[in-house]
This record gives sequence, C-alpha cells and structure tokens, in this order.
Amino acid sequence: MPVLNGKELRIVGFLCNWCSYGGADTAGTARAGQPTDLRIIRVPCSGRIDPLFIVKALLNGADGVLVSGCHPRDCHYAAGNFYARRRLEVLKQFLPVLGIDDRRFEYTWVSASEGQRWQHVVQTFTKRIHDLGPAPKLEDPEPLLKVVDMALTSLRPLGTGQKNKLDELKAAIKAKLPELEVVIGWQQGYDAARTVPLFMRTPEDVDKLVWGPFNVNNPAVYLPQYKGKKVGIVVKGCDAKSVVELLQENLINREDVTIFAMPCEGTLDMARVNQELGRYTTIDKVEYDEVGVTITADGKEHRFCMNDFAQGKCYGCTMPTAVLSDTLIGTPTEVKPGPYTPPELALLDSMSLDERLAFWRGQMERCIRCYACRNACPMCVCRDYCIAESREPHWISQEDSTRDKLFFQTIHAMHLAGRCTGCGECQRACPVGIPILALRQQIARAVGQLFDGYKSGVDPEAVPPLLGYEVEEKNIHEREWK
Amino acid sequence: MSITRFVKPEGLPAFLAHLSKDARVLAPVVKPADKRSVVFEPWKEGKEFTLEKATVPAKAAVLPQCETLVSYRKVKDKANPQNVTLELDDTPQAETTVVFAARPCDARGYVTLDRPYLKGPIADPYYKARREKLTVITLTCNSGCNTCFCHWVGGGPSSPEGSDILMTELSDGYILQGITPKGDALLEGSGLDDGADRFKEMEDVRKAAWATLVKAPNLKDAPAKVAAKFTDVDFWTRETDRCLSCGACTYFCPTCYCFNITDEGEATSEKGGRRLRTWDNCMSPLFTREASGHNTRMEKALRMRNRVSHKFSTYPENWGTFSCNGCGRCISNCPVSLDIRQIVLDAINADKAAK
Ligand code: SF4
Ligand code: SF4
Ligand code: SF4
Ligand code: SF4
Ligand code: SF4
Repeated sequence: MPVLNGKELRIVGFLCNWCSYGGADTAGTARAGQPTDLRIIRVPCSGRIDPLFIVKALLNGADGVLVSGCHPRDCHYAAGNFYARRRLEVLKQFLPVLGIDDRRFEYTWVSASEGQRWQHVVQTFTKRIHDLGPAPKLEDPEPLLKVVDMALTSLRPLGTGQKNKLDELKAAIKAKLPELEVVIGWQQGYDAARTVPLFMRTPEDVDKLVWGPFNVNNPAVYLPQYKGKKVGIVVKGCDAKSVVELLQENLINREDVTIFAMPCEGTLDMARVNQELGRYTTIDKVEYDEVGVTITADGKEHRFCMNDFAQGKCYGCTMPTAVLSDTLIGTPTEVKPGPYTPPELALLDSMSLDERLAFWRGQMERCIRCYACRNACPMCVCRDYCIAESREPHWISQEDSTRDKLFFQTIHAMHLAGRCTGCGECQRACPVGIPILALRQQIARAVGQLFDGYKSGVDPEAVPPLLGYEVEEKNIHEREWK
Repeated sequence: MSITRFVKPEGLPAFLAHLSKDARVLAPVVKPADKRSVVFEPWKEGKEFTLEKATVPAKAAVLPQCETLVSYRKVKDKANPQNVTLELDDTPQAETTVVFAARPCDARGYVTLDRPYLKGPIADPYYKARREKLTVITLTCNSGCNTCFCHWVGGGPSSPEGSDILMTELSDGYILQGITPKGDALLEGSGLDDGADRFKEMEDVRKAAWATLVKAPNLKDAPAKVAAKFTDVDFWTRETDRCLSCGACTYFCPTCYCFNITDEGEATSEKGGRRLRTWDNCMSPLFTREASGHNTRMEKALRMRNRVSHKFSTYPENWGTFSCNGCGRCISNCPVSLDIRQIVLDAINADKAAK
C-alpha cells in the first residue's frame, strides 16, 4: 500500500458485527485500499467493548486502538453504543494519566454501507499512529520516584473534633442498639495513636467508641456484607458519601441502615504521622487541643497540627457532615467550595506523558498484589470474584510484572468510574504507599467534566453516569476525521 | 570466640561492592512517597541503601512472588511436520544471593520456611536451589518497636537463627560476627578490619536492646489454647469483624509460604508456555474454592482461624515451634491494624474471661 511508507505498526481494531465490520467488508468488496497495520477483532456490539480491552492492548504493546460501532440511534441492540460512548470517552480522558497518549485510541461510528468512510477512517487513524511512532513501553523508561507535595491549604481550618458531643452520640446509639444487629464505628487500636473499626453489639461496646482525627477507616466498606440485616453506622462526611453511593447502586437498602453522624474536622494522614513518630515501643500519652494532637512516644513529644498533617482529601473537603443521616449530633459545618486539586492528581498533572509512564513504572514495581487497595474500597463489591485472580475469565496473569500490576490498578480504577467517591481508602491501605489514588481522581474529574459536574455519593436517587446515557450527549462530541 | 570484623559506616558501600562481585546482593532501599516504604532490591555500585527495617521482608530471595517452574514448547520437525516434540525446561531460577541487612525476624523466617520446603517428605528443588545459594547478613535491632514481638515467640533482637552473619550497630560503625562457617568464610575474605576488640561493646549493645522490649507474655500454652478454640466459630467471627480479607498480612509475612500454580501461554505458540508459581494466601476466598464452586472456608472468620491456627498451633504441632516470628508486619501493614498478638492472647485468656 502506498498510503504510508515505512514499517507496519500494531493497531488493534474492535468492530461491531452489525455495522462497522460490515463497513470494513463493504470497503474490501469495493477494493477500497487500506493500510495493513490494523488487526480486527469482531465483537457483537460496541457496548460489548470493555474499556479494559483497550487498556490491555495498549499496555501490551499495541501502538494504537480503534473502536468502531453503529452510528448513535442505529444500534442493533438499541442502546449498546450509547453506553459505549460514555465509557469510551471516559477512557480517552483517563489514558493520559497513565502516560499513554490519548491520540493512540479513537472511537467512531461506521455503518455497513459506509465502505468509503471506513477506508477514510483507517487511513487517517493509521497515519496518525505512524506520525506518533511506536508506543513507548512501560518497561523502557528509568523509574521516576516523585513524591506528592502535601503542603496544602485547607478550604477551612481543620481541627480535632473534640468539642463534638460524643456522649450524646453514644446515648443515641445505645437507644437504637436493641433494634440493630451491629453498629460500626471506631475504637482505639493497639495503641492510643491509632484507631480501628469497632463493631458495637452491646452497650459496653458502645462505650469504646471514639471520635477524632485518628478515625481514618471508612466503615462503609463493611455495609454490603450486612445487606438485608438491620445495622447502624457512624460516619464522617466522606464515609457518608460511600453510604450514599452504595444506596445509589442498591448494594444496601435504605431501610436497613441507620446512619449516625457528627461534623468532622479532619483526619490525620497516618503515613506522615508514623513517619514522624519513627520507631517507638510505647505511646505514653496523646493530648488533644483544638487544632492538633501531641503524641508522646518513648518519652519524646511530637506535635501534629491538623492543618499540616491531615489526609489529602480533608484539605478540599466540602462535605464534612454526612449528606444523609438519621441521627445527627451537632450542627452541619458549611464549607464554601474553592479551588482544590487533589495532591496526587496535581503531581501527575505536573508531569509530561513520558514522565508519567516512568512514574508508574517506578511506583508499580513494588506492588506485591496483596489487594489491600481493592478490599479496602467500599465500592469494590465483587472482590471475592475479582477478575484480578479469576482464571475464567482470564484477564490477567499472576505474574509479578510491572505491567500486570499496573493493569490491575486500571481494572480497579475503571470499575470505579463514576462510582468512586474519592474516600482515599485504596491508597491509604496500600502498605507500600503507591499513590494509586491519582488514577481514580483523574476519572472522577473526567466524569465531572463530562456529566455536568456529577459527583458520586451525593444524591441517593442519582443514577451513576456510566449506568445511563443521553441520546444527545451534551459534552461528548464525535471527533472529525480530517 | 567467633570471627568478627568491624566496618565504619562509610566503608559499607565498599563491602557491598565486594559482595556483589560474585553474588546478587539484596539490600533495603527506600521508596520515597507520602507513605514511604523500604523494600529489598538488587544493589549495584552507587545505589543508595538504608539500614532501616524493611516494609517487605526479603522472603522473595528464596520464595519469589512469581517464578517459572517449567517452560514448555511444542516444536515441529520441519522435515516431518507430523513429528512434534515437547521441549521442557524445569531448571530452578537460582542465583547466588546475599541478603544484606535483614532483621533477626526475617532471618528466622528462612528457618521457618526450610522445614516444610526441605525437611518434609519431599524437598522442593526450586526452593532448595535458592536456599543453598543464599547467605544472610542480619542487622540486629537496637530497640524494639510498637508492633514487633519477636521475643514472645522464641526470637529476639539479636537472635542468630537463620543468619550467617550478625551485624550490630556500635557508636561509630558496625561489628560483623560470623555465625555459620559460610559467614565466617565470607568475613575472612572480606578484607575488613578485625573486630575482636569491640566484642564486649557489641554484647552490651545487644543487651541494651533487650532492655527496650516490653514484657513478653508466656505463650507456652498457645498451641493448645488456640487449638481449643478451633470449633468456637463465634470467637473467630468476633476477632475477625474488621478484617477486609485482603492478603496483605500474609504477603508481608516472612513465614507465609503458600502458593498457587497457573499456566500462561500456549505450548504451540512461538514463545511457548510457562507454569508459574506465585504467592497465594489463606485469607483469600479463592484459596479454598473448589472446582465445583464449593468453598470450605467461605467466611473470613474461618480463613483467619486458619492463618492464626497454622502459625500458633498446627505448625508447632508439626515442627515444634511457632511459625510466627513476631516481626509485626501483618499488624503494621494491615489496613485495619488487625493484631495477631491480641487474637492469640484472647485465645489463651478465653477460659479466664468466661469464668
Ligand atoms: S477507588 Fe479508592 S477512593 Fe475511590 S471509592 Fe474506592 S477506596 Fe475510595
Ligand atoms: S476491581 Fe472490579 S472486578 Fe475487582 S472486585 Fe472491584 S469491582 Fe469487582
Ligand atoms: S495495596 Fe498496594 S501493594 Fe497491595 S495490590 Fe494494591 S497497589 Fe499493590
Ligand atoms: S491484612 Fe488485615 S484486613 Fe487484610 S486479610 Fe490480613 S488481617 Fe484481614
Ligand atoms: S504472622 Fe505477622 S508477626 Fe508473625 S511473622 Fe508473620 S507477619 Fe510477622
């Protein structure tokens, strides 16, 4: 083919059986010449195309991926391509955070009669990929280990929440306890400088409840396992978003869950706290004041001011009080939304595509596939049947390559698209501190931009954007094939 | 008295360079991040290393996260395409390796792994090949920490078990003490200065380390008491309430040794196929899911029961000692800080509490 000079590159095409595959056929029958780089995989419908097919191809050496289906309103199955359009657009906006040039992926619509259009699409896309050249491989760059900048300014002054009326909350829980199987909250952990989830079944258990900056765990993660049983949960503002998202997806029933809430003033980034404490054997005491905590470990005092040591999400938190609750102790705090980019995402934003690839190479190397990130995620509900480990379907090998590890992170991130509330538990759970939250944050940002500022976990009645579609999408436009 | 050598901090890179002449040296390296971690990585000249306790133990030196057990390929005879021969390669992937600056709990981990892998009815050839090529240089701990409890389970901050060389930090450098003939030989060929005159100081530092540890409870009855709790499912359910069923506690454990075997690739393809052995763990529901779909340990409580019982009751039954070395990594790396110490203590004190 004279259209392009030089060596063939590897382009994977996913074509729907009813329109685009027919279109390619029409082009062939009409002897409309095309470059030969494209390898076609026929699928029943563009709605069948999991965005992960595309990521998998790109991570495993494809230089480009082209998806083509029936024109909108022309789907053989009525709406498959409407769903596909949303997913594929989100994917396109997700790829750059991995360090993959989004021009290497395109989706379009070609009908069975449009042989010429097909020829044009293939020629244009193949030329684009040749202009870009062979795709950089994850294994090639030198690992880049940049650190997230946590010197952040909070939208409001953060505090330790010690003025909250914990006793009132305990009384409220005790009053409700007889009707409930369990109420989930927090208690002191193995020392006074950390808390762990608490499962309250008796009034004595309720006495162990604590409230304050160490309450980092998101108790919503336990709710789906109690579906159908009457349970209570104590929530911070961000935890409530997870509860609402679970309600949005019918993963729990509203009438089963009793939500207890108090306004949150921020929680600590335990990674930095532990780093500052260093190796110690005993916590002598923990003292709270309005703006921070003083921890004495092995006789040495360490001061943690909330404004300096909070979790990344707390700095931009606009909903410190539960959006939905049955018992609220205290008055909701009003926070004016302001400019805020999550620190992990800000770091990725500051990098070039090549640097991002080198960054993930450097970060994912040390992942040991423990899946703490997955299991700590309140929205990850099929974890016992996760495709990360299943052989049937066989999505991913058990190898310890950086590629497989990064692919798992994209699986998690894509499965959370439009569902992730940004609670940060995945990243907090990672024992080796991989800043995986950036991947989720980028998707959340894309979802917000595409779907009118949509935020997950705010409105129990809202349909998550990737579970629906509009016939005319306001913010998704087909790209020109010039 | 054993062979001792002394090295100043600034002499360590040269020592590592000496070691890496004929071995792969795995040294702890800091991974900077908001939550920084320390992992073992192959060291090469000029690379920074740390002497901090690693987040991930150096278990991979003998039991890699993933290894190829067999690679296989079907090759057609060009002259006679009907004739297909199967090429198999099951050579263990084993390199001469020195683990540098492990901690005593990590080193004892190798001994814990040796029993099932080498001392059972069948010695695992892959493990064996790596183990025989391994030298362990251990840095003794100068203090305890909030999660470690090596001294509860038969170890201690300067336990020599599993180490070829014990290294101790003194005020102005490090003393290295040969523990095994292999360690002695390594030190003799190291070109480092003799450390005999620092021996007394070394003993004092090690004694002082012991003094920093919190008092250990008596775990003599643990195997029997944990076993006695086996049928008390309520006990395990309560203890496991907050567990998320990930696998962090086992993958960060220097003594967990379960694995999975999977095949990747096609024998008939150009690259052939490979049979992989990868870490697996009893906290995962897949671990016991049978081909029929039936799962003998559907509840996380039953999986936790297995993990704790294995370490504190059944391994001791088979091998006469705990298979937990008290490194504390399952506690410090658990997203919900689940504390195995507490479970064992609760089992021991259960009847007391009931009375
Ligand atoms: S992906 Fe991470 S941030 Fe998002 S809901 Fe799950 S745990 Fe929270
Ligand atoms: S990543 Fe996806 S498949 Fe895996 S458990 Fe979560 S939602 Fe399920
Ligand atoms: S928690 Fe961290 S180490 Fe574990 S699988 Fe997730 S990214 Fe990997
Ligand atoms: S690391 Fe913690 S949460 Fe994960 S399986 Fe182990 S005990 Fe459970
Ligand atoms: S069970 Fe926990 S404390 Fe014991 S050796 Fe394993 S990781 Fe360390």
